[in-house]
Amino acid sequence: MHMADALISPAVGGAMWAASAGLIGYCSKKVKQDLDDRKIPLMGVVGAFIFAAQMINFTIPGTGSSGHLGGGMILAILLGPYAAFLTMASVLTVQALFFADGGLLALGCNIFNLGFFPCFVAYPLIYKKAVGRNPGEARLFTGAIISAVVGLQLGAFSVVLQTVLSGISELPFVTFVLLMQPIHLAIGIVEGLATTAVVIFVGRARPEIITAAAESAHIGRVSIKKVIVGLLAATILTGGALSWFASSYPDGLEWAMSKTSGSDELASSQKGLHTSLAHIQEKTAFLPDYGFKAEEIETTTEIRKSWPAVDAGTTVSGLVGGTVTLLLAGLIGYTLKRRKQKLKTQPVDASDV
Amino acid sequence: MAKIDKNFLDIGYTDHLSRQLTPIHQLDPRAKLVTTLVFITTVVSFGKYEISALVPFFIYPVVLAAMGNLPPAYLLKKILLVSPFALLIGIFNPLIDRDILINLGDIRIAGGWVSFTSILIRFILTVGAALVLIAVTGFNAVCMALQKLGVPKVFVVQLMFLHRYMFVLVEEASRMVRARSLRSLGNGGAGIKTYGPLVGHLLLRTMDRAQRIHLAMCCRGFDGQIRIMKPLKIRPIEIGFIFGWSALFIFMRFFNIPLLMGNTITEFLR
Repeated sequence: MHMADALISPAVGGAMWAASAGLIGYCSKKVKQDLDDRKIPLMGVVGAFIFAAQMINFTIPGTGSSGHLGGGMILAILLGPYAAFLTMASVLTVQALFFADGGLLALGCNIFNLGFFPCFVAYPLIYKKAVGRNPGEARLFTGAIISAVVGLQLGAFSVVLQTVLSGISELPFVTFVLLMQPIHLAIGIVEGLATTAVVIFVGRARPEIITAAAESAHIGRVSIKKVIVGLLAATILTGGALSWFASSYPDGLEWAMSKTSGSDELASSQKGLHTSLAHIQEKTAFLPDYGFKAEEIETTTEIRKSWPAVDAGTTVSGLVGGTVTLLLAGLIGYTLKRRKQKLKTQPVDASDV
Repeated sequence: MAKIDKNFLDIGYTDHLSRQLTPIHQLDPRAKLVTTLVFITTVVSFGKYEISALVPFFIYPVVLAAMGNLPPAYLLKKILLVSPFALLIGIFNPLIDRDILINLGDIRIAGGWVSFTSILIRFILTVGAALVLIAVTGFNAVCMALQKLGVPKVFVVQLMFLHRYMFVLVEEASRMVRARSLRSLGNGGAGIKTYGPLVGHLLLRTMDRAQRIHLAMCCRGFDGQIRIMKPLKIRPIEIGFIFGWSALFIFMRFFNIPLLMGNTITEFLR
């Protein structure tokens, strides 16, 4: 359920970036305070383990499909919430950069959805409470399944909220919720099963790892209230500031620019340029900006014979111009590439690939 | 599984591409990172029915890819392969938004198709820009840039570790999967009963490995600081890169170049 750049608005993306960046800063401070630097290579290698573990599937009985480990919950169980959050964030960053899963602007959303909820909600409030200090296998099982489900449900709901607030997708809120939550219920159960299977095995083979993790994660000291208040403040501030840019009319940016420049001069000169350009367009263009007025319908039908799509001036212009622009961009790229090959500055060594 | 294996080979190839010495590769990573972020933010700031004004933005990834000597076919393939989530959600737009937005002669196009096309273009632009960034910069350089821009050191070191050990562990996991499938008939051994011990063993080995790495690092004087030979430096060319591109993005944000050009061309044809 990686959120994608193509679906979010700058306001939502920026706000979630702020929230996630704040969390990363907070967790980094905590990890540094709490720890010897032994946990740093541990976090890095366990993050790589999450990648590797995602390659190993297991069949889900009775369905014929297969599932694998997602990450958030098992990281929290092994490393405690702060280190787990950082590790999850790093896994998502690598996914965004190398696999282009999601995107750079959506990275904030993804870190929040897949990191915050399992590490700071499901783990302390459900897993810790269910499992307690001396975890038996039955309690471990229950705790892991419920917390995995809850973490994913919250994450999926957050995806819905972010998508709907961005307004790029047409999916209405209720439909989207009904689409996402059941799918992620199933995914959550599979995730819970995988998590328990691994945790129980580790608990049997090396019980000290699980108990040490349970003790070292001083979840009692996590002031969730402080985290959430800080987050809310950051989110509202950035969201509010950026939503000026996000309004669906293109004027939002112009408005913000005239506001920030402190005077109307920039805006009015823009307008002036705009209107004068528009005048030139109207005078010179065969197809003025938006179709034709009602009185002109006769002329329109006349022109239709000579050009197939006169009643959509903007569209045709847009299509023609768009195609030409695209070709130009391609041509520029091609020329640059040709020049490069002639220069042969640093050829790629094919044998290395 | 074969697909993931191949994906990881692709990462190796991306790393390889990032070790070239073109002028783009030699720019300070911070300049490329900041410019790419400005690019993505500008692209997603357009209204949801915008198509034509988005097209000129292809210039940025195309120029960078060309000057950075990246194979276009490879980039296109990667863009096509990745996360179908945007498409999956986007495809609902044509089903829901059926108001006619464009009349193109006798062809009527619903608003949903327009916004879906817009989503597709955004998707290609944003994903393409991110891929190009990593292929002309390299992961470690991006990490150093992040640290210089104020990202906590713990997180940056974490990213570098993850990147370094990903290859090792993925190879190990793929050997385990191969061994399991050779020993099981059909899906016989692929249930949750073998899954727990399999992944559990991998985890235990991973943790032992972390321990050894830590000891090795301590022996070599690791103090939490990662040092690099080449100091990062912002030269006038980096400043020009950031502001030149940003100015172009803002210009393209306010003026719909294809529409202006299209108007001129259609008039000329007439």
